[in-house]
Amino acid sequence: MAKAFLSGNDAFAEGVRLARPQVISIYPITPQTTVVERISEMVEDSSLKSELIHVESEHSALSCAIGASAMGARTFTATSSQGLLYMAECLQYASGGRFPIVMMNANRSTALPWNIYGDQRDSLSQLDCGWIQVYVEDAQESLDMALQGYHIAENPLVSTPVMVNLDGFVLTHTYETVEIPSQTDADRFLPPFQTENKMSLDNPKNLAFSVGPDNNMEFKYIQHKAMLDSRRVIEETDAKFAEIFGRSYGGLTQGYRIDDADYILITLGSITGLCREVVDELRERGEKVGLLKLRFIRPFPSDDLVAALESAKAIGVLEKDISFGYEGTVYTNVNSVIAKNGLCLETYNFIAGLGGRDISRENITAIFRHLQTGGQHVNFIGLGVTIDE
Amino acid sequence: MSNKITAKTITDSEFFYGHKACAGCGGSLAVRIALKVLGEGAISVLPAGCMSAVGFNYPHLCFSNNSIISTFAGTASMLTGVEAGARAVGIKNFKAVGLAGDGGTADIGIQALSGAIDRNDDILYICYDNEAYMNTGIQKSGLTPFGAKTTTTPSGENIHGNLRPKKNLFEIVAAHDIPYAATASIGNLPDFINKIEKASKIKGTAYIHVVAPCPIGWGIPVNETIEIARKMMDCGLWYLAEYENGKFKLNKNPSDFSSIEDYLLAQGRFKHLEAADIEILALQRDTKWATIRKNWNNIQEEL
Repeated sequence: MAKAFLSGNDAFAEGVRLARPQVISIYPITPQTTVVERISEMVEDSSLKSELIHVESEHSALSCAIGASAMGARTFTATSSQGLLYMAECLQYASGGRFPIVMMNANRSTALPWNIYGDQRDSLSQLDCGWIQVYVEDAQESLDMALQGYHIAENPLVSTPVMVNLDGFVLTHTYETVEIPSQTDADRFLPPFQTENKMSLDNPKNLAFSVGPDNNMEFKYIQHKAMLDSRRVIEETDAKFAEIFGRSYGGLTQGYRIDDADYILITLGSITGLCREVVDELRERGEKVGLLKLRFIRPFPSDDLVAALESAKAIGVLEKDISFGYEGTVYTNVNSVIAKNGLCLETYNFIAGLGGRDISRENITAIFRHLQTGGQHVNFIGLGVTIDE
Repeated sequence: MSNKITAKTITDSEFFYGHKACAGCGGSLAVRIALKVLGEGAISVLPAGCMSAVGFNYPHLCFSNNSIISTFAGTASMLTGVEAGARAVGIKNFKAVGLAGDGGTADIGIQALSGAIDRNDDILYICYDNEAYMNTGIQKSGLTPFGAKTTTTPSGENIHGNLRPKKNLFEIVAAHDIPYAATASIGNLPDFINKIEKASKIKGTAYIHVVAPCPIGWGIPVNETIEIARKMMDCGLWYLAEYENGKFKLNKNPSDFSSIEDYLLAQGRFKHLEAADIEILALQRDTKWATIRKNWNNIQEEL
């Protein structure tokens, strides 16, 4: 184990190196670029032995990764924003084909208007593409989830691709002290990739075929079931990771001071750190507030949410997303769990940080105030406006 | 030592069998022959299109070699991944081969193909060209020739079918300075077989563009697929050529051409052409051949 001062992207690249992917397809896009630069350097200096393929687009990046995965190779690629949308066809192809690719996505706004800064509309717009989606908070979690991503994706019960989301710039380009595990420990955690879902000369297969109305729903049901089963695998992976590396993230969600909290804010990604500080401040004043970090949004952590929220009076969802014409997508998902389980609490949505707009300590304090006093349901932070249905 | 594959020595094994291609399908013949030449080490990638539509319907899967459907745009990029993946997991004696139609190659797949050639990936890409999007019901592609009637280039009083000439994909590919590229036709199977064999031994990217008529789309009887492919070469609207070591080579340099009208008017898709339209096609043909004969380096020795 070593310590280093790394950006989120650098840390993720270290995690990729430790996971030993055999084929990596790369195409640059801001703010993902430094990941593929680091990986290229690693291949150059032989600290990573991998087939590095310079594809000509994101569509090809994922198409290439699918081809390599179909031969039984561990594969990696990375993208962001427009690139994620450009490869959208291949996202569903990879998940439908059950190819356990791990991809890093640097969360960035999507055009128009053009904007290179962070929000989460890119990945949240792809919630239904069949990928496991995890949102990480800091550089250490970035590195750790590169490793865990393969452990989850390649589990035969899961066999589903994993998208690890890092907030653009705020996380991808911010430097922190990171513990880099030893290769020995990484290998102990993550064994080599083995799968039956591959072509080989000994056992030829036809893959990625057509399935008509008679059988198609069965394939989709099995895919859905695997995603549901991945919840247990995610928790087991977290436990195994904690055993070897001494760090646990709590599985699908991570609560902070929620046990007796009346007011809970739900967050995704890097904003969680600041929210945790605000929770501490308010707790010092005797306010019963807490925080729930949604780490995974697919599979959706329904049981975790019920357990965490059932005794709260009001909850808020803070997200860098808007589903135009309705509300934030995470909010919709959270409300569904609350309704299905008959929880009696008020829910509020806080749309913030679009196009990289800063979310301040004051904003978060005001959000908690809103939870306590009540008000409009869907709120745009920093605009001074609310939109309710 | 030469033990070239010929009509006599080609394997009896079938790798593409039991599929539901239309009677007289040229594309399925091209795929069948290609896989016979490449053998069980072929790992084929086929995009959405006729051959994947007729051969990959679960549980009715028609390839006895390893085969996978790619996205429409992704034949070449998936081929790259298959080749790299196979190497990475230690597989030896394989050939990653793409089998894509004209739309999948010249239109939606051209970017990925260009990328693969640029990287000089060790793959073989075979484009079976039936000159339109046949799987979706005969729509114009970038390889539909001038004058052809398709369902999106109808022929009427004002417009006589497709207005633009066929893209020259063979030369576009060659312009990448690819190690090996060739044109072929199912109207000359010995030549096609030779070229597949040659291409399979190339280190780096190889490309074969094989004309494979579609009786439905071309408007010909289903037992005339081979004959129309031969007429296309005989009248000079297709030529057999190779690009290798940076040089173009014409495989056949006919002293005269058969009637272009006979070729065109034998097909439903060209039935509406008037003398002036045919004149345009004849002029395009003559201009092309003049350029070939002037510039391609082997012409002197051939003549």
